[in-house]
Amino acid sequence: MAEVLKWNPAICDGFGYCAEMLPEMIGLDEWGFPMVKVHEVPETLLAAARQAVKFCPRRALALVPAPVGTPRRRSVKGAGQRAAAGSARR
Amino acid sequence: MTIVEERQLVARLLGGEQGATQSLAEHLRRFGPAPSIDRRHAEVLAGEVERAGLTGRGGAGFPAFRKWSTIASSRRRPIVAVNAMEGEPASAKDQLLLAYAPHLVLDGAEAVAGALGASAIALCLPDDRPGLVAHLEERLAERARTRSAVPVEIYQLPARYVAGEETALVSALEGGSSLPAFRADKTVPLRLGRATVLVHNTETLAHVALIARYGAVWFRGVGDPEAPGTCLVSLSGDLAAPGVVEVETGTPLRRILEAGRPNEPVQAVLLGGYGGSWLPESALETPYAPGPLRRLGAVMGAGVLVAVSTSGCGIRETERVVRYLASESAGQCGPCLFGLPALAEDLGRLASGKADRGLVERLERRLGEVDGRGACRHPDGAVRLVRSALITFAPDVSAHLRGAPCAGAHRPTAMVLPPVADWRRQVG
Ligand code: SF4
Ligand code: SF4
Repeated sequence: MAEVLKWNPAICDGFGYCAEMLPEMIGLDEWGFPMVKVHEVPETLLAAARQAVKFCPRRALALVPAPVGTPRRRSVKGAGQRAAAGSARR
Repeated sequence: MTIVEERQLVARLLGGEQGATQSLAEHLRRFGPAPSIDRRHAEVLAGEVERAGLTGRGGAGFPAFRKWSTIASSRRRPIVAVNAMEGEPASAKDQLLLAYAPHLVLDGAEAVAGALGASAIALCLPDDRPGLVAHLEERLAERARTRSAVPVEIYQLPARYVAGEETALVSALEGGSSLPAFRADKTVPLRLGRATVLVHNTETLAHVALIARYGAVWFRGVGDPEAPGTCLVSLSGDLAAPGVVEVETGTPLRRILEAGRPNEPVQAVLLGGYGGSWLPESALETPYAPGPLRRLGAVMGAGVLVAVSTSGCGIRETERVVRYLASESAGQCGPCLFGLPALAEDLGRLASGKADRGLVERLERRLGEVDGRGACRHPDGAVRLVRSALITFAPDVSAHLRGAPCAGAHRPTAMVLPPVADWRRQVG
């Protein structure tokens, strides 16, 4: 079954080891905290993803089975897209 | 905060003689006796609440009965928590309801507790309301004389913005910090020790009490078909008569606003709460109901409406609210801890007419980096607020970008903002 990379922001220390270990899936934000760019782990990166999960010093990463059915999106995105469109016009 | 008495548009929860049904005798005179509900009535009650279409009145707005099914399957007797934490500074409805119609809330909690076979009811209040606690203790004593029911215990938990978030509430009940926790799967019920906990908002339970008495058909008799019934709205901002009103869902925003008597022309309203959305004056004909609001990117949320008049600056007010939200971040998650102050900083520069050329672009990027990246939804609310401000106050944004601070930017705030607390120091 496909697996999804989950990041727990409440315990992450923001040192960013994971982004170094798994740059294909994890980037860093302005403040140095990991941003999961690719959520569902591709077959080819499974080993690397497991490695990153294992070596996260805070155990802030986890691989969990992908939810069945269509992935749910956050509802607040709707307003955001309009905001982005608005700024593009300016 | 008071009930805006003579301007109540409808009176189901509030109203009544002298605008209050505080004592048990008055309560029974007005509403009649509560049906006694135990596990045998679980399905009937759940069905009735489902048919009534009651939505949670705490913020998320999900169908109220849906929470019960996750609890019903657990073997241990659950605990029902009444959430009156009301962390939204501009919200006053839940505590007002407990003050004016306490027995209605308690009836609702007892009905749910009875149907689920709960072992206890935890009445969760912020720890800065000793008067309300004393009042509720008296009301509970009144009930103890008349009926044997599920034991009710009052818990005074740390008052703060995120305290009403369900995981934070349960953590505080456990004696832990009232910090939100990361919850990978929201369908797994919350636990207190080994018992499951069902958390319901105060107003939601008062509606349950009415549905248990009068039924779903009665409940649906007023309001918007998608989220029927009445709801409480806390009015504040540039108003001559701020307070709490009860309205039918679907009432045009303008009518609700007028109950608070704006003293100057209003330019925009903030809806839902401090993690809600701004809507411009031109949107005030919109019915106050989930569907029509959703189309504008807004929600009913915690039932908050803040008016800002044309003499105010929407960008500055947004900055102030984001600063407050930043101070209320539990400081656990990087994007929330660093992102919210960064958003406030950008807004502040904008309002002061000191924007650099890349400001809007940077702000948009930061919004994307903060959105959805906390353990709880606290930062998402701030993002929604800022995004709605950029749309609602778009003309001001372009004026500020050209370097013009507006006169309103120096006006005192219209928002209810508690003194900024440094929780991080207390949390350690
Ligand atoms: S390795 Fe773990 S603790 Fe470090 S930044 Fe990545 S997720 Fe956070
Ligand atoms: S997102 Fe913010 S408020 Fe929520 S848990 Fe993390 S730091 Fe605390």
